[in-house]
Amino acid sequence: MKANDKKTNGVVTGIIANLVVVKVDGPVAQNEICYIKLDKSNLMAEVIKITGDKTFVQVFESTRGLKPGAEVEFQGHMLEVTLGPGIVSKNYDGLQNDLDKMDSTFLVRGEYTFPLDKEREWDFEPIAKAGEKVTAGAWLGAVMENRIKHKIMVPFKMADQYTVKSVVKAGKYKIEDTIAVIEDKNGKTFDINMIQKWPVKQAITAFKEKPRPFKVMETGIRAIDSLNPITEGGTGFIPGPFGCGKTVLQHALAKQADADLIIVTACGERANEVVEIFTEFPELVDPRTGDKLYDRTTIVCNTSNMPVAAREASVYTGMTLAEYYRAQGLKVLLLADSTSRWAQALREMSNRLEELPGQDAFPMDLSATIANFYSRAGFVYLNNGETGAITFIGTVSPAGGNLKEPVTESTAKAARCFYALNQERADSKRYPAIDPLDSYSKYLEYPEAQDYLKANVGENWVEKIMEAKNLLLRGKEAKEQINILGDDGVPIDYHIRFWHSELVDFVILQQDAFDEIDSSSSMERQTIMMDKVLNVCHTEFDFESFEEVTPFFKEVINSFRQMNYSEFKSDKYYSFEKEVEAKLSERRTA
Amino acid sequence: METQAFQKIYTKITNITKATCSLNATGVGNEEMAFVHGRKAQVVKIQGEDVTLQVFAGTEGIPTNAEVVFTGKPPTLKVSDELAGRFFDAYGDPMDGGPAIEGEERETGGPSVNPVRRMQPSDYIATGIAGIDLNNSLVTGQKIPFFADPDQPFNQVMATVALRAEADKIILGGMGLTNDDYLYFKNVFDNAGALDRIISFVNTTDNPPVERLLVPDMALAAAEYFAHDKGQKVLVLLTDMTLYSDALSIVSNRMDQIPSKDSMPGSLYSDLAKIYEKAVQFPEGGSITIIAVTTLSGGDITHAVPDNTGYITEGQLFLRKDSDIGKVIVDPFRSLSRLKQLVIGKQTREDHPQVMNAAIRLFADAANAKTKLENGFDLSDYDERAMDFAKSYSDALLAIDVNIDTTQMLETAWGLFDKHFTKAEVAIRQSLTEKYWPEGKK
Repeated sequence: MKANDKKTNGVVTGIIANLVVVKVDGPVAQNEICYIKLDKSNLMAEVIKITGDKTFVQVFESTRGLKPGAEVEFQGHMLEVTLGPGIVSKNYDGLQNDLDKMDSTFLVRGEYTFPLDKEREWDFEPIAKAGEKVTAGAWLGAVMENRIKHKIMVPFKMADQYTVKSVVKAGKYKIEDTIAVIEDKNGKTFDINMIQKWPVKQAITAFKEKPRPFKVMETGIRAIDSLNPITEGGTGFIPGPFGCGKTVLQHALAKQADADLIIVTACGERANEVVEIFTEFPELVDPRTGDKLYDRTTIVCNTSNMPVAAREASVYTGMTLAEYYRAQGLKVLLLADSTSRWAQALREMSNRLEELPGQDAFPMDLSATIANFYSRAGFVYLNNGETGAITFIGTVSPAGGNLKEPVTESTAKAARCFYALNQERADSKRYPAIDPLDSYSKYLEYPEAQDYLKANVGENWVEKIMEAKNLLLRGKEAKEQINILGDDGVPIDYHIRFWHSELVDFVILQQDAFDEIDSSSSMERQTIMMDKVLNVCHTEFDFESFEEVTPFFKEVINSFRQMNYSEFKSDKYYSFEKEVEAKLSERRTA
Repeated sequence: METQAFQKIYTKITNITKATCSLNATGVGNEEMAFVHGRKAQVVKIQGEDVTLQVFAGTEGIPTNAEVVFTGKPPTLKVSDELAGRFFDAYGDPMDGGPAIEGEERETGGPSVNPVRRMQPSDYIATGIAGIDLNNSLVTGQKIPFFADPDQPFNQVMATVALRAEADKIILGGMGLTNDDYLYFKNVFDNAGALDRIISFVNTTDNPPVERLLVPDMALAAAEYFAHDKGQKVLVLLTDMTLYSDALSIVSNRMDQIPSKDSMPGSLYSDLAKIYEKAVQFPEGGSITIIAVTTLSGGDITHAVPDNTGYITEGQLFLRKDSDIGKVIVDPFRSLSRLKQLVIGKQTREDHPQVMNAAIRLFADAANAKTKLENGFDLSDYDERAMDFAKSYSDALLAIDVNIDTTQMLETAWGLFDKHFTKAEVAIRQSLTEKYWPEGKK
């Protein structure tokens, strides 16, 4: 990044929490990484502002005990991640240090560990042949990383066109072994091994085209799949006050979503939530493949008590890892919990830099930063014609549960799906507390996504979704009328309308994330339940008075719920189905 | 104040505010402790040779030629078994007239536990209070606050929970505690014969507010010693975290920082998280469980302090007076324990999760019926029954004076279901209803 090869050095002259001022003796670049010497350790830091010979760096560690005069060495590159086989199933911190390689119970300041395994041997299969023309991101070969076919690519930093001179034979290799030699147009050769580095704040763009996403991603969560589906390569966000089940919902997505790789970025959240993933995912089985969930999961965690500056880095680290796997033609789901903590980290730093604040003391460019980050997700056609996708779902923790705050508003502009968690629903234990009326999926309006749903889920699926939403809306209106005019002040029809919406709510929307069977619902099962529920709503029933409506629907709902709790197409499932039928026939208008 | 040989003494203070002072000094480390005019202070900002110190006891009466001595050390606490049964001030100095503690000197506010070296919290804490055990079960290694208005009996409930929780050590971190409340805790623990298990770090309302900032770190350093080094189950009580946050805002204000929501510093979330995240379950068996108090003003949980707290802690407990029965109950709607899923139905009886949810749903129906009644509408038969149920449920289970074991709580709930509802109305999974619905047993 700099013409000069000599490393720039500096000395510390000021310290305000984790913002450190350094006097430098040479050129430095914005976002360049440096190490500050403190006793025997080196503290990693990033340049965030330069004024004359004063360089402001944010330290990714505690600065306790740091004194003016400490030596600083600049590295000549930005914050980078190391990419190669061995990332899957790892537990990283926000700077991609392998947490399992750290032995002590407490985190040691300045301890940095290599993110991959240098000694592990991988079964390599060549893909490219000698003589082929290749560019950055082209697949040279592959190794099996659990179930994932991990491609070894021409490093993204190599900007020219190259000719493959040789690729090694199939066999066992370590990540530092040369697996291919490529040559540029001037005849200069490059040895390629399985490792490459990439700066996290730059997007990897080694693909041909980024169309609008259209393939719908199955999540097993009815409130998403059956009402506001998200696409492969789509973006969504989940705002909600605390205690509304954001994290439970994200964990459910991580467990059930139809993706090749899940990257969970725990950004400034509770350590025990990460521990839950550490503990449960190695045990839980992925229903689609029969493998352990951990075999397709990578965790990047900067919990709320870990250094604040690394929190900002953690979301970028997660995204860059996702982009690396997308370039291999894989479907990646990236989850970030919570992007508000990231925004707060930006705010703390902006505050220490004494920048003029924007709304709620957040930095002025918050909205642009968030939009830029969300834009890195997406569905792509790679240069070789294969496809890859990053679906990104972030949670937002709005202060006081008020959605009119800068992080929520900025995110709403960037994300295409909105899953609003509602305090009232959470209070009455209607989980997941996704508000069916406020939430939306813009993808339902995409003709290409509608075509996909028609072809893959059902001819009238989109219409059915719209009808279910309409029933919910009409039910809410009826409820308001009943509340104003009283139970006997409205026609029976209003009660029926209200109970239609309750039926959709209880049978489709509500789902028990902690129940073995109900927690995940296949698309086939979802379409069957949707048909059954709509069918009830299309049926005329005989009621003498409004007092008969409530008990009737409660019984129907109860039997439907027992169906949801029973294994799909088991004897129990069919017996509850009969029970529903019997109850309906009792009152069906002849 | 003892000065040691070779220590440089500065006598020229250049700037003084209500909580901080600045001077020219060299060789000073960030967050180092110092003495200013005999008062404890800490380095908070270094710009070249200009060093800013936060003076905990306030700067009243400090002259510009006051003696300033740097200790070269971050805040520390001497830890050993001698801590048990003792009362300390915010600096960790004895306030009970006893001797100073001999032991290893440890940094307070030290590094966090590596997440992969933690264990998932898994031990159920039985408190006998059904509003907690049945609906919001606590687990060792959890952190949970009471969100309460100042007039509510949170300190009493907290003391009851502490004593029944069977912890090896109970560490009280009192911030802005009134002298009366401090004596209340002391008496309750004394009467229960538990004083030898108690360690207290107390800043009362008589002490300067900024001193409070030291209390949680002191309490948690002691907790880490017993939980990590000794493998003990430690329960830390922090009251009141709102007053702690107020002290944070005083300091940030004096340092000319731009305030964010509710005049709190922009770093409030991180500041609070650093404290609460000390709650941990170690694989070796030791654990730190934190029960805190966050006082609200007029029940407003959107204020920055409860709001940020709610995002950090693993749930929250609300107390409220139920006018129907005239007792204080643990509010089942707004209270939540996020870790209950780890133990309910596993360490307690299998029907626990469904019974809990059904009871709360029916309680919500009663609340709706009550609204209907207040609006002058006729009640249906179901509404009447729901309201009757709610009254008995409040009295027999939610009230804070309940003290029964968890199985009894479940039996009581089934009894109430049977008395007031049909099986379809309760809507619990059939296999459980068959087994536990009381009529079969009669």
